[in-house]
Amino acid sequence: MSALNIKKGSTSHSAYNLRDTHSDVVERHTLAVIVANEAGVLARVIGLFSGRGYNIDSLTVAEVDHTGHRSRITVVTSGTPSVIEQIKAQLGRIVPVHEVHDLTTEGQSVERELALFKVAGKGDKRVEALRLADIFRANVVDSTLESFIFEVTGTSEKIDAFAELMRPLGLTELARTGVAALSRGAEAV
Amino acid sequence: MVVQALMDQGVDTVFGYPGGAVLPIYDEIFQQNSIRHILVRHEQAAVHMAEGYARSTGKPGVVLVTSGPGATNAVTGITDALMDSIPIVVLTGQVPTFLIGTDGFQEADTVGITRPCTKMNWLAKDPSTLSDLIHQAFHVATHGRPGPVLIDIPKDVQFATGSYTAPKQAKVSHYQPRMKAEPASIEALVGLIEKAERPVFYTGGGLINAGTAACQLLTELVDATGFPITSTLMGLGAYPASGKNWLGMLGMHGLYEANMAMHDCDLMINLGARFDDRITGRTDAFSPHSTKVHVDIDPSSINKIIQVDLPIIGDVGQVLEDVLKVWKSRGRKVNEAAVAKWHGRIAEWRSKDCLSFRDSDELIKPQHALQRLEALTRGMDRYITTEVGQHQMWAAQFLKFDAPHRWMTSGGLGTMGYGFPASIGVQIAHPESLVINVAGEASWLMNMQELGTAMQFRAPVKQFILNNERLGMVRQWQELLHGERYSHSWSESLPDFVKLAEAFGAKGIQCSDPADLDEAIKEMLAHDGPVVFDCLVEKHENCFPMIPSGKAHNEMLMGEAQTQGAISGSGAALV
Repeated sequence: MSALNIKKGSTSHSAYNLRDTHSDVVERHTLAVIVANEAGVLARVIGLFSGRGYNIDSLTVAEVDHTGHRSRITVVTSGTPSVIEQIKAQLGRIVPVHEVHDLTTEGQSVERELALFKVAGKGDKRVEALRLADIFRANVVDSTLESFIFEVTGTSEKIDAFAELMRPLGLTELARTGVAALSRGAEAV
Repeated sequence: MVVQALMDQGVDTVFGYPGGAVLPIYDEIFQQNSIRHILVRHEQAAVHMAEGYARSTGKPGVVLVTSGPGATNAVTGITDALMDSIPIVVLTGQVPTFLIGTDGFQEADTVGITRPCTKMNWLAKDPSTLSDLIHQAFHVATHGRPGPVLIDIPKDVQFATGSYTAPKQAKVSHYQPRMKAEPASIEALVGLIEKAERPVFYTGGGLINAGTAACQLLTELVDATGFPITSTLMGLGAYPASGKNWLGMLGMHGLYEANMAMHDCDLMINLGARFDDRITGRTDAFSPHSTKVHVDIDPSSINKIIQVDLPIIGDVGQVLEDVLKVWKSRGRKVNEAAVAKWHGRIAEWRSKDCLSFRDSDELIKPQHALQRLEALTRGMDRYITTEVGQHQMWAAQFLKFDAPHRWMTSGGLGTMGYGFPASIGVQIAHPESLVINVAGEASWLMNMQELGTAMQFRAPVKQFILNNERLGMVRQWQELLHGERYSHSWSESLPDFVKLAEAFGAKGIQCSDPADLDEAIKEMLAHDGPVVFDCLVEKHENCFPMIPSGKAHNEMLMGEAQTQGAISGSGAALV
């Protein structure tokens, strides 16, 4: 089907699935779903994942265009290539969904997540936590004599890594925003 | 405003049931004469009637019910419409906006409950956009792959006045599914048609939804190419059963020649069908040597179950038109010699006569009853609905449909209790036509209260009940699969159907002797009014041929075959 000259991996512009969907390998994909900002849309999207047995690894949603009533849902999911294709097609048929983009296959993209870490401790552990936070370029957003709240922005892997380091140093609470992602380059979705 | 919007959408009939939260709309209905309201006896039946109306006319069906139990009773019908892609607009009353969330009387989260079983639903909070919303609902229900939509209207919004928007002025929905396929894929399909040696068309309910014109284009293409054609349960009638290339229905209880053609073909052209599990059997052994083409308006149907070689997204009618144009302009080529040979092989399969059954002089065989029904109604202006079970499969095997929109059955959801109300919906839309519901006694009892509706609105529907005093299909599976342990699959304490009919003022007929059958059927057809026909049939008849679960198309069980142990352990789990 290459003669049809369709952008590789594209879903919204083409009916054709150009990837090998026969593989059994589970892949992690980041999808950007542009939806009408109206009641119940998020419930429909989430209901699709639970109703059809798909995975949600991370979900982020907020209005991105107030005048156009658009929200952007960034969902990180995992599945075999055929499951991923099916997820995209199923998302695409939800009436208030305007666009579905697979940032993992449509060229390169950047992904960021923000997390807040509450680390409580005294003495050496406290000093070590602050030193590691510096290495990770974390901001201290709250401090008492016995605790810090660090703010870390980065890929999910970076946040996982920082959490692993903080655990023995008194990590008591962790809040993560989920992934926000954009494709690289000048072109907008 | 609601009633005005319905009128402007061309609605002539509404199926519904009043209640507290929907009284303002009922008040409006009382004060007008252009929309006919059919009062049902249960809200589930209202949706099935609307489905029957929609399937037999091609227009969307409209349902009006109250909040809480009204809405929850409608859920089965709405789900049925979703599974079979039937355009339905459901309007539900809701408690006033200031009571929402307080567990008010007859309050239910209707939008939440129906979210997974509607194509789209809305809570209408703002009177000023209500008419816009109703027009949008009709647009969504009927465009793309059709389906049920629901608008939940709080009682204070029903009372409120707001400015009305006519359909033409209504905000255009961004929902504009793709209708026309890529030209390159049309060319590719024509190329495949020209070269195919063992082609088969496999058509589905999408063609019926695409309309009569699309079905005519299909018939033209099939007859011009000479390719054999089979159809799913949902697609019967798209190509005439009397056509020379007709193979019969395929699938679990499809015809041997149809399933064998699917298995051995080298080109499969799927038009508006969805590779349902009742069709494919074992997917890893499904038609192993064919190039598969799938035409569907819904991209999510593509590669969902079966990986295809050439997916074509578009309206099947448009695609057929484009294919015919290109195929003709390229010289109407087919591989005639090979296709003729292919028809020869099909004729061999057909000679097995897979629908044969051992008839009896003492007992009415259900197949025989349907053969007689077919013979005695052939050529009539006839619509058929069915319930779900063995009788449904026999009806699909033995009744012949030469036109679309004549056959209404619950395919995807398999809803027992569908057929009777659906037949009333069809009859309301076609008051002069013959409408027969082929039923089993157990299914029929699930919505028998609608006999009241049929009487009240003078819908002369014929209820042809094949009464085997069993849940026949359940019993068949228990026999084949569960060691003949017939757990709760018989119909105990059945009513006297003749007396039951008479209690409602309808006519009841009972027949148990094959010798009386023809006369009894004629009596049913001659009666001007609803008839409940209690046809007492052989109790242990099984429906064949059959592809057992977990088997491939070429592993069908035939009628007289040894059936013990035919289904493997893993197949048993597949239902």
